[in-house]
Amino acid sequence: MERYYQKEIETADREQILAWQNERLVRQVRHVWDNVPYYRAKMEEKGVTPDDIQSVDDLYKLPFLTKDDLRDAYPYGLMATPLKDCVRIQSTSGTTGRRVVAFYTQHDIDLWEDCCARAIVAAGGTNEDVCHVCYGYGLFTGGPGLNGGSHKVGCLTLPMSSGNTDRQLQFMVDLEATILCCTPSYAAYLAESIHERGLRDKIKLKAGIFGAEAWSEEMRQDIQNKLGIKAYDIYGLTETSGPGVSFECSEQTGMHINEDHFIAEIIDPDTGEVLPEGSKGELVFTAITKEAFPLLRYRTRDICVLTRKKCSCGRTHVKMSKPMGRSDDMLIIKGVNVFPSQIETVLLEQGYPANYQIIVDRINNSDTLEVMVEMAPENFSDNLGKITEMEKGLVSALKAMLGIYAKVRLVAPKSITRSEGKAVRVIDKRKI
Amino acid sequence: MTIPQISVFLENKAGQLADITGILSENQVNMRAINIAENADYGVLRLIVDDASKASSILLEQGFILTMTPVVGVTVPDTPGGLGRVLSIISQAEMDVEYMYSVFGQKDGQACMIFRVADTDGLTAILEKNGIGTITGEDLGIH
Repeated sequence: MERYYQKEIETADREQILAWQNERLVRQVRHVWDNVPYYRAKMEEKGVTPDDIQSVDDLYKLPFLTKDDLRDAYPYGLMATPLKDCVRIQSTSGTTGRRVVAFYTQHDIDLWEDCCARAIVAAGGTNEDVCHVCYGYGLFTGGPGLNGGSHKVGCLTLPMSSGNTDRQLQFMVDLEATILCCTPSYAAYLAESIHERGLRDKIKLKAGIFGAEAWSEEMRQDIQNKLGIKAYDIYGLTETSGPGVSFECSEQTGMHINEDHFIAEIIDPDTGEVLPEGSKGELVFTAITKEAFPLLRYRTRDICVLTRKKCSCGRTHVKMSKPMGRSDDMLIIKGVNVFPSQIETVLLEQGYPANYQIIVDRINNSDTLEVMVEMAPENFSDNLGKITEMEKGLVSALKAMLGIYAKVRLVAPKSITRSEGKAVRVIDKRKI
Repeated sequence: MTIPQISVFLENKAGQLADITGILSENQVNMRAINIAENADYGVLRLIVDDASKASSILLEQGFILTMTPVVGVTVPDTPGGLGRVLSIISQAEMDVEYMYSVFGQKDGQACMIFRVADTDGLTAILEKNGIGTITGEDLGIH
């Protein structure tokens, strides 16, 4: 029996969802027009007024917001409520100039936590569960978001934050945690550590909710097998609130976007033109219930596909695919598009750990691609020739996947720095 | 009769070998033979030590990747042509030697070599038939 956190909303029919969206969009555009001079100027520049926005069908008339706008308007330029009504900020880890600071009223936090609660219930969570949250707490949205969602569901919440693997494992074992929330790379790291320490039989995990970075289907299988759990994806960004903008259900075929709070569009990243359902393009969000930081038509740079195909879980909200890459994460090497997830896929297929680092450089005006890979016990041999053979196999598999040559550098296990939050996958040394 | 060999993955960077020998000495593990095969980027360190199971569990604990392989210790007359004779016997038997290296010191005026072959029993039998001795772990003070 499928369970929901907010059944009436999550399984509402399309007409009902559209009715909510129409009403909330009209109100939100007026709110922004009245309170955010920065966006009002953008609307005026396009010759649009709130009267032009009568329903979701008019959404395309509104100007986009990008990360550049957030930088230009930093810090308070996009805040839509008086300071006295705001109770919290969250922020991204970006360096100066790329850092995002988002504001929340208490109402905003409540709705955000509802979204995270939906994700936890969709992953099978109930008030009987022990929810181990090792996303970072603090400015990063991961910890606070899932922590709040976990409270709403009524789980016993372990606010572990990130780092200190020994302590993580001790609490996980002693308190019999059943749901794990963290980044997929940290989940993979914990899974490795659990195996190394022979704790596999001592953990009680049944589900994991992993987000905040791109991960492949192969990595999901790897984590699921190693931990004996079902691994659910969750999506979000600080600009729109944090995790919980969308989340996976038992079908694991995409993430339901919480359409009562966010209107999703797919656009052509080059022209800005809205693309029909099923097209691959850049995901754009309009937050229709947020008070303090209501971004309209925010360009996420995530490339994905939306689908309204009926879902077996009973949820009716539109589903987005896993981001197939970020338009600004994509590497162009020797003119070829390379996504780190492609390299990850090859590594896992060839039996190497998913912990890797891509080093791109330009030597004598020619791009070079090097992939640092950690040696795995099953690929090691006392015979150097056999290791070299394996390495050659990896090089040709990478060539087949990427279309370009990648030098492989085998390094000792654990020698690639594992940040305990987001992994640094790409080092681009080119000065372009 | 085979001898346990530990092979360790060596990343080609300064201090790797010193780290490993340091760890072994700290734990009172004594080396009997050592050999390295390497290319430009990485290598394989092969070790015969007096306590292989202790050494391997210590190195695993320290995060090294390793594998244990049975190898054959062969006594070779310490005279010109001594090794040549052994090798021609092996080659006549059409056995492939993956690699070989020598053990520190001598035993009763004979040198001692480590041979890595796929068929360790076969090698031992051929050598014995030709009057060439093999050595046991005990001969090397391995326990």
